[in-house]
Amino acid sequence: MSQIEFSNVRHAYPPPAGQAPVYALQEIDQVWDDGGAYALLGPSGCGKTTLLNIISGLLTPSEGSILFDGQEVTALPTTERHIAQVFQFPVVYDTMTVFDNLAFPLRNRQMPEAQVTRRVNEIAEMLDLSERLQQRAAGLTADGKQKISLGRGLVREDVNAILFDEPLTVIDPHLKWKLRSKLKQLHQQIGVTMIYVTHDQVEALTFADKVVVMYDGGVVQVGTPVELFNRPKHTFVGYFIGSPGMNVLPCTLDRGQPVFASHRLDTHHEGDSDAGGRLEIGIRPEFVSFSNDGIPVAIDKVEDLGRYQVVTVRHESQQIKMVIGEDQPIPAASPKIHFNPDHLHLYRDDWMVESGHA
Amino acid sequence: MRKTTNQKAWWLVVPVLLLVAFNAFIPLMTVVNYAFQETFGNNQFFWEGTTWFEQVLRSERFHDSMLRQLLFTGMILAIEVPLGIAVALSMPRKGPWVSVCLVLMALPLLIPWNVVGAMWNIFALPDIGLLGYTLNSMGFDYNFTQQPVSAWMTTVVMDVWHWTSLVVLLCYAGLCSIPDAYYQAARIDGASPWAVFRYIQLPKMKRVLTIAILLRFMDSFMIYTEPFVLTGGGPGNTTTFLSIDLVKIALGQFDLGPAAAMSLIYFLVVLLICWVFYTVMMRNEEQ
Repeated sequence: MSQIEFSNVRHAYPPPAGQAPVYALQEIDQVWDDGGAYALLGPSGCGKTTLLNIISGLLTPSEGSILFDGQEVTALPTTERHIAQVFQFPVVYDTMTVFDNLAFPLRNRQMPEAQVTRRVNEIAEMLDLSERLQQRAAGLTADGKQKISLGRGLVREDVNAILFDEPLTVIDPHLKWKLRSKLKQLHQQIGVTMIYVTHDQVEALTFADKVVVMYDGGVVQVGTPVELFNRPKHTFVGYFIGSPGMNVLPCTLDRGQPVFASHRLDTHHEGDSDAGGRLEIGIRPEFVSFSNDGIPVAIDKVEDLGRYQVVTVRHESQQIKMVIGEDQPIPAASPKIHFNPDHLHLYRDDWMVESGHA
Repeated sequence: MRKTTNQKAWWLVVPVLLLVAFNAFIPLMTVVNYAFQETFGNNQFFWEGTTWFEQVLRSERFHDSMLRQLLFTGMILAIEVPLGIAVALSMPRKGPWVSVCLVLMALPLLIPWNVVGAMWNIFALPDIGLLGYTLNSMGFDYNFTQQPVSAWMTTVVMDVWHWTSLVVLLCYAGLCSIPDAYYQAARIDGASPWAVFRYIQLPKMKRVLTIAILLRFMDSFMIYTEPFVLTGGGPGNTTTFLSIDLVKIALGQFDLGPAAAMSLIYFLVVLLICWVFYTVMMRNEEQ
């Protein structure tokens, strides 16, 4: 168990001859707490697997260093980093029994057999695998195999962190939820640092204490699910987290106040009119409502999802999504909308303009 | 409910039946025909029962060729399978050398049997062949046309040269199908290179290896052209394998009855060994 620190880590895969390197991973400077449950969330190709491989030591970053509990491990091979990893597709040693699979990492480290048996039984108990210990691992279902993969990490007492690379991809939907809560429960029970890579926001938000949102090779925001929802620091976070995602609309500034569709909007943010850059406002669909006066819109589409309705409205060419309650009426004639000032954010070049200083 | 009958399906089945009949069943039955009867030509046959079978099974000549055949097949399997695995393991998985290696490996497989025999015959000639001449000038007494040991060595090395590639290519295909995650997991679990081979690579190669061993068994058990061209079965009878012996009996001596009986025994032996081997390998699979 340990704290993980990234110090100016960058990585570029070897470029084709004669071309400048393209950084798959932009500079990262982060400290992740010991015993935390972190999720790396982002779309495919955003660099999250690269970052994971750098942590596990399967990949050495081109620049910067990585520290476990303050100790430099950048040059250490995977075996010496004491990490465990669960892969996207279950990795089990087919010819071995479940017991032998779980015992494999311990036996490789020359642990006395009595201790191996004790430890394996303990972990099998936690993972509900006790009754299958003598079965061949190849005969288990995908979720059982993922449990074995996880178990091979858990049996080792020296594990610094357990890494998960989209571990639920091949699991049946109704078992995903079960396995995820099992993970959460194990995390609370054992308190080992867990790092979970996924492109599924529901998985990330339910599993993690802290979600690390990645976009285009860089970390755009690290925060609790609530922070990511309420104060997305980057338009991508707003758009990627939430369903539907945040509305991002072009705006101008008038004496520090954003103006959209020739309406001055109330917000806690104060923008500097002279700073230049591309200005946008971001408002989550949950905080857009119909009102008597406000921005005039036309209604494009109403989707009734049972518990709430998603309404797509349009002001000129700008589409705006809104989420309203089942019982709320949708005005038939000349609808107008209002943005909740507490949740209206101002973005300059995709980054949130912090209140007070911009 | 009344079942509707439709005879049209026969049109779909009959061509296949005819094909199988003409290219497998009828030729086989002619052999069976000869195996149980004596003929003096003119299509006159006399029933002989199991006489030919008893004669073949009791003949020392058949025992000797069978033993030579088993020894040869055993030797080439014992060399080609481990060697094939070793070569496949050391071949690159990525990069420009992959295609170079694959082409080099495939080359021997593309050469016709009789050409291989002729090549090695000339290559190994003690007075003018590169191999034979070199061995002799290094002080080895080597002459495959006269010494049984030299003849055996040459035949075995020739087969290894010709067919190890097949095992290599099949094993290589098996190795390439192992996802990277397995190797990464093994590194994380602290597995030694031997453990990686034993618990990841070998199990994943098992199916292709089964096929490779079956193919090599069948081919080498029925080997004819290469030793025929290389040694002609000699010196003496030392490299007369089953099929060479069979041809000698059938076409050389024109003993059609014993030859037919021997063919059937030969066929049943190949079938039996393949079946036992395959069943054993697949039974383990299911457990």
